[in-house]
Amino acid sequence: MRPFTYERAASPADAAAKAASIPGAHFIAGGTNLLDLMKLQIETPAHLIDVNGLGLDTIEETPDGGLRIGALVRNTDLAADARVRRHYGVLSRALVAGASGQLRNVATTAGNLLQRTRCPYFYDPNQPCNKRQPGSGCSAIGGVTRSLGVIGTSNACIATHPSDMAVAMRVLDATVETVRPDGGSRAIPIADLHRLPGDAPHVETVLERGELITAVTLPRPVGGAQLYHKVRDRASYAFALVSVAAIVQPDGGDGGGNGIAWGRVALGGVAPKPWRVEAAEAHLKQGAKQTTALLLAGARPTPDNAFKIKLAERTLAAVLREARA
Amino acid sequence: MKFDTPAGTNPIDQLTVVGKPTDRIDGPLKTTGTAPYAYERHDVVAGQAYGHVLGAAIAKGRITRMDMADAQAAPGVITIVTAETAGPLGKGKWNTAKLLGGPDIQHYHQAVALVVAETFEQARDAASLIKVDYQAEPGAYDLAAAREGATEAKGEPDTGAGDFHSAFAAAPVQLDATYTTPDQSHAMMEPHASIAAWNGDKLTLWTANQMIRWGVKDVAQTLNIPEENIRLISPYIGGGFGGKLFVRSDALLAALGAKAAGRPVKVALHRPLIVNNTTHRPATIQRIRIGATKDGKITAIGHESWSGDLPDGKPETAVQQTRLLYAGANRLTAMRLAVLDLPEGNAMRAPGEAPGLMALEIAMDEMAEKLGMDPIQFRILNDTQVDPEKPGRPFSQRQLIACLQQGAERFGWARRKPTPASVREGRWLVGMGVAAGFRNNLVTKSAARVRLDGQGVVTVETDMTDIGTGTYTIIAQTAAETMGVPLDKVVVRLGDSRFPVSCGSGGQWGANNATAGVYAACMTLRQAVAQKLGFNATEPRFADGQVSSGGHAVPLALAAKDGEMAAEDGIEYADLHKRYQQSTFAGHFVEVGVDAATGEVRLRRMLAVCAAGRILNPKSARSQVIGAMTMGAGAALMEELAVDKRRGFFVNHDLAGYEVPAHADIPHQEVIFLDEVDPISSPMKAKGVGELGICGVGAAVANAIYNATGVRVRDYPITLDKLLDHLPEIA
Ligand SMILES: Cc1cc2nc3c(=O)[nH]c(=O)nc-3n(C[C@H](O)[C@H](O)[C@H](O)COP(=O)(O)OP(=O)(O)OC[C@H]3O[C@@H](n4cnc5c(N)ncnc54)[C@H](O)[C@@H]3O)c2cc1C
Ligand code: SF4
Repeated sequence: MRPFTYERAASPADAAAKAASIPGAHFIAGGTNLLDLMKLQIETPAHLIDVNGLGLDTIEETPDGGLRIGALVRNTDLAADARVRRHYGVLSRALVAGASGQLRNVATTAGNLLQRTRCPYFYDPNQPCNKRQPGSGCSAIGGVTRSLGVIGTSNACIATHPSDMAVAMRVLDATVETVRPDGGSRAIPIADLHRLPGDAPHVETVLERGELITAVTLPRPVGGAQLYHKVRDRASYAFALVSVAAIVQPDGGDGGGNGIAWGRVALGGVAPKPWRVEAAEAHLKQGAKQTTALLLAGARPTPDNAFKIKLAERTLAAVLREARA
Repeated sequence: MKFDTPAGTNPIDQLTVVGKPTDRIDGPLKTTGTAPYAYERHDVVAGQAYGHVLGAAIAKGRITRMDMADAQAAPGVITIVTAETAGPLGKGKWNTAKLLGGPDIQHYHQAVALVVAETFEQARDAASLIKVDYQAEPGAYDLAAAREGATEAKGEPDTGAGDFHSAFAAAPVQLDATYTTPDQSHAMMEPHASIAAWNGDKLTLWTANQMIRWGVKDVAQTLNIPEENIRLISPYIGGGFGGKLFVRSDALLAALGAKAAGRPVKVALHRPLIVNNTTHRPATIQRIRIGATKDGKITAIGHESWSGDLPDGKPETAVQQTRLLYAGANRLTAMRLAVLDLPEGNAMRAPGEAPGLMALEIAMDEMAEKLGMDPIQFRILNDTQVDPEKPGRPFSQRQLIACLQQGAERFGWARRKPTPASVREGRWLVGMGVAAGFRNNLVTKSAARVRLDGQGVVTVETDMTDIGTGTYTIIAQTAAETMGVPLDKVVVRLGDSRFPVSCGSGGQWGANNATAGVYAACMTLRQAVAQKLGFNATEPRFADGQVSSGGHAVPLALAAKDGEMAAEDGIEYADLHKRYQQSTFAGHFVEVGVDAATGEVRLRRMLAVCAAGRILNPKSARSQVIGAMTMGAGAALMEELAVDKRRGFFVNHDLAGYEVPAHADIPHQEVIFLDEVDPISSPMKAKGVGELGICGVGAAVANAIYNATGVRVRDYPITLDKLLDHLPEIA
């Protein structure tokens, strides 16, 4: 860990302005990801701006019937919120499928969205990694890749985004609200928050330097059966091999299809961002096979992780079955 | 005390304290966080500086240049130790690779420098400022690829009986299958850690080490100093599983760092370093051939195993149990060792048997199926009460059949459907599996000193270690029983090289041998006490804090009223273990559910029925067995050090990447101990149990998965990707 200075920001705008102007400044929220990375010197901030005291820790209803989730709301509190549990069940389920109780007590909404990949080579500073050290090469490609991505990847990086929460937010069409260093604010559809790696895998989001996430908003509830199915090698405390977030409206059996009126689906564990292809969703009526074929069209798995494609299809099939039941 | 004839009735047989499910006497310290582990010995010596280990960034090759300037200049840095500054060092008998590398690098994360600084953070930061240039060399990292070139390992000849090849060829029912087990990590909670302090040329090491005597010798040999100048202190150890049998780089570098800094230095290996810096259980490829008659009698059994290690390393002895577990006139075992440039392979909980049974006990299941027999019946039919390679050597005790039969009854084995994939409960495919558990009981000499004071308090001192197993408690029980005092009148002091040399903790030999040594010392003290109190003619009784004979009773404490009494003695074994095969046995039963869609395996029930001699403390023994069952489940389902075959290292070198079971993975576990004593093992009539619990579990899980799904996976761990292609269509 490099020596660093520390301050508590006075307001969101103050935090953003300082983060943009002080060299090497970095926000810290729960610290559950950042501190681990600092210990390994994967992140070496010179200055930490603590955003915990900014009052961004409430969940409020929006005028149009949705929810506005403060950036500093803890994962545990978000998962337990009665409104979330009633109307956005997929989010609650995704949250409790992540990490551990202790971590969720500290982890924040914004921190969770911005957590970095779990690629094992990214975590080993001896190994070349384009994400950690731009231009050094990717040591995962050709190496141990079982947990890595199958789609949206590039020749420079095949890492996945590890968040469960973000996958649920993606099917919920969430919007990320920010404050920029100049004091202005903007709203970013969650679909646009994370970038695909291309030839610059170290640039992971569209946020500009110093831009602070203040909240995530959810549109008014859409109903439907809301499911999150996370598949992993052990029963808890593991990142997803594949996860499926789905909102499915059963048609009560009179729709002529396979019991589904409409649905949305996003995948975790397969790509550098929550993976959703809206056009594929029209095929949910035909079943998991057709939907997954479109969702993962153009996938470029490695021999070690090719199983994720079949796994995604079968997991989606199980989710659809459960939604109809 | 020489143990040369089977034990007769002795004070331990009273079973007033021994054999009771006593809570750990060190439990309150553990649960309140006041049992100090090596790194926490802030009190023992003033002025402790912090050392941080830098590991090699390549797997094989040479350091061409080390630039220390930035690190030297970093805040708080006191000194930096490298192979160059350390001068000539020896190598311990138990180490294969050097603990401090450079200029030659033998494996990834081999220590190449220790930075000593005023604070931990300063040391860690400065270590990252050392610039090292390497000249990498190609190495061998792939066991499958190196298999062809593997050779017979020194001291591990092929064994056999009869004519295996002809008998196998002629057998009407045959199995010839190959199984693989991956490299595994001990993944104990407490990292390797040491504090070193020099006083002139005398070195004290507060460390985490299972084998104090081996440690002293290896530190002496490595530092080229006399053994008398070294003191090792290791009273509490946060898990070892074999990973702390040997002195590791934390201890050596703390000693070198303290010498160079001129003040005490503490070093803990950071978690991401441990996997590649220390030892691991080596991967195996195992070929098993079994031939049998149509009615299920084994006529030929052959087991070959390939593993790899650094030059001068050792094989994983995965064929061990196959020499002894089942009958069959024609036999063959063979081990071949390939040179690999991965980190050093070495002992991990039940080395040999743990991976060996993972293979053998699937093979037995496969064979039973070919024969159309129940797998328990098949095992019973091929039981042997003698060493099948040397039929003149009986087992001292062998109740494998009872383990299997009682287990079958308890587990409801009769409800198992022999046809695979025939039980479905909602989304779950359900199956049951069984495997035999087997692990040898090793006897080795062990000594202790016992003191009695004027308050009647009995203090036991031995360099034995408690690695979380409950040793403190069973030693206290032994001393209490033998001296006839209540448990709270016994003080146990362990893990100090100033104490008499014990067997140490490893190979599940600790419990039986260490308590036998304490028993021997207590018996010697009893003699002295009896004499002192004037019981000259008869052997008096020691009970309830009194010494009595023929109506005459004297308080035990009286013997020490003029000053403490002490006795030192130990157990030494003659040749009973050569005349008799001593082993422990288990029946492992597992029920699994396999998610029909995703292939996720979830354990539903586990049962182990163990026959392991006298159980000294059923509570701590049960803890050992359920812990081992958990580790066996991990081996079956998730534990695998993933090898980067290009770069030569274990990639998932932290606890996020190397998955061991979490609570949610482990269902209801039941353990039954058969009522057994083994007078041939020691005066305690006990055996080991801490490793038996892992032996066979993996195969029981594998067999249950097969029963649930009809998919036979022979490559561990059985992760869902290996099942996925064979699962039923989802409606
Ligand atoms: C052992 C372990 C297991 C885990 N398992 C899972 C799992 O199964 N599933 C899962 O989804 N996650 C898992 N996680 C990850 C966990 O969810 C994240 O670490 C956590 O959500 C991060 O939140 P935080 O508040 O602690 O972020 P921090 O560590 O404080 O910050 C993370 C990043 O976000 C930035 N940041 C924080 N707040 C803001 C803001 N308001 N605006 C702009 N930038 C900001 C920080 O600068 C930093 O770069 C696991 C973590 C650990 C350690
Ligand atoms: S996959 Fe991405 S994160 Fe992993 S090593 Fe390659 S560049 Fe780095």
